[in-house]
Amino acid sequence: MIDWAYGLAGGLMIGCAGAMFLLINGRIMGASGILGGLIDRTGWSNGAERAAFVAALILVPGVIAGFTGGAESYLSDNWLVVAIAGLLVGVGTRLAGGCTSGHGVCGISRLTLRGIAATVIYIIAGAVMLSLVRHLWGLI
Amino acid sequence: MRLIFAALAGGLFGIGLMVSGMTNTRKVQGWLDIFGDWDPTLAFVMGGAIIPMSIAWWITTRRAKPVLGGSFPARPPQVLDRGLVVGSMLFGAGWALAGLCPGPALAALSWTGAPGLVFLIAMTAGMLFAPGFRAKMAPAH
Repeated sequence: MIDWAYGLAGGLMIGCAGAMFLLINGRIMGASGILGGLIDRTGWSNGAERAAFVAALILVPGVIAGFTGGAESYLSDNWLVVAIAGLLVGVGTRLAGGCTSGHGVCGISRLTLRGIAATVIYIIAGAVMLSLVRHLWGLI
Repeated sequence: MRLIFAALAGGLFGIGLMVSGMTNTRKVQGWLDIFGDWDPTLAFVMGGAIIPMSIAWWITTRRAKPVLGGSFPARPPQVLDRGLVVGSMLFGAGWALAGLCPGPALAALSWTGAPGLVFLIAMTAGMLFAPGFRAKMAPAH
């Protein structure tokens, strides 16, 4: 198992992307915040910068997957499950003011109480939810 | 210039998510599967990402402003309000259900097909509903 090495290498890249965005653009690299500000118009004053980030985040992995013969995902085919999950992620991240990148990576590295608390809560909630739907109810 | 570096950051973020395996829903759900076949990869991703980010935050304390001007993000008030707690619980539940969070949902959009698009549309709808929920949760004080 060399998954942890890929995880660490990819994590370092994610951290470098966040470091660059912070030191050069002066912005926090939180995916839900960057996208959410475009969706609910609260971030339209720097909308172009957000749109450039989101466009590259979609296109660059897409192009790489095209050249390397695709990537794995295993997202559920059940549209209802996927839609409920998407709704929960959308509402939840905006209420909480961050997701895995904003609260997790950027918040913990800044040692903010909110970032650490949010990360602990969503990991526990996620583990409980996964155990319920997989092991108790056998849904996924 | 700002747009170029925003795109570079977004692109590198996407590559990092791909390399680390975080665009693979099985690895994310594996991390949350503490009673099953637990997969510790996410901890390495998080740890790896926190190293350069910690250095970057330290640099912000030594510099007056970002390279392209403006100011560094102010430290928000550190209050654990209901929005943070309830929001993180809802987010964690959805994250487990699909194995996707906002970053990977965007990064993997080109190969997750119709379900990936359904997830993204539902997620943006949720983002639009959030202000209404927030207003209900914290009545004017």
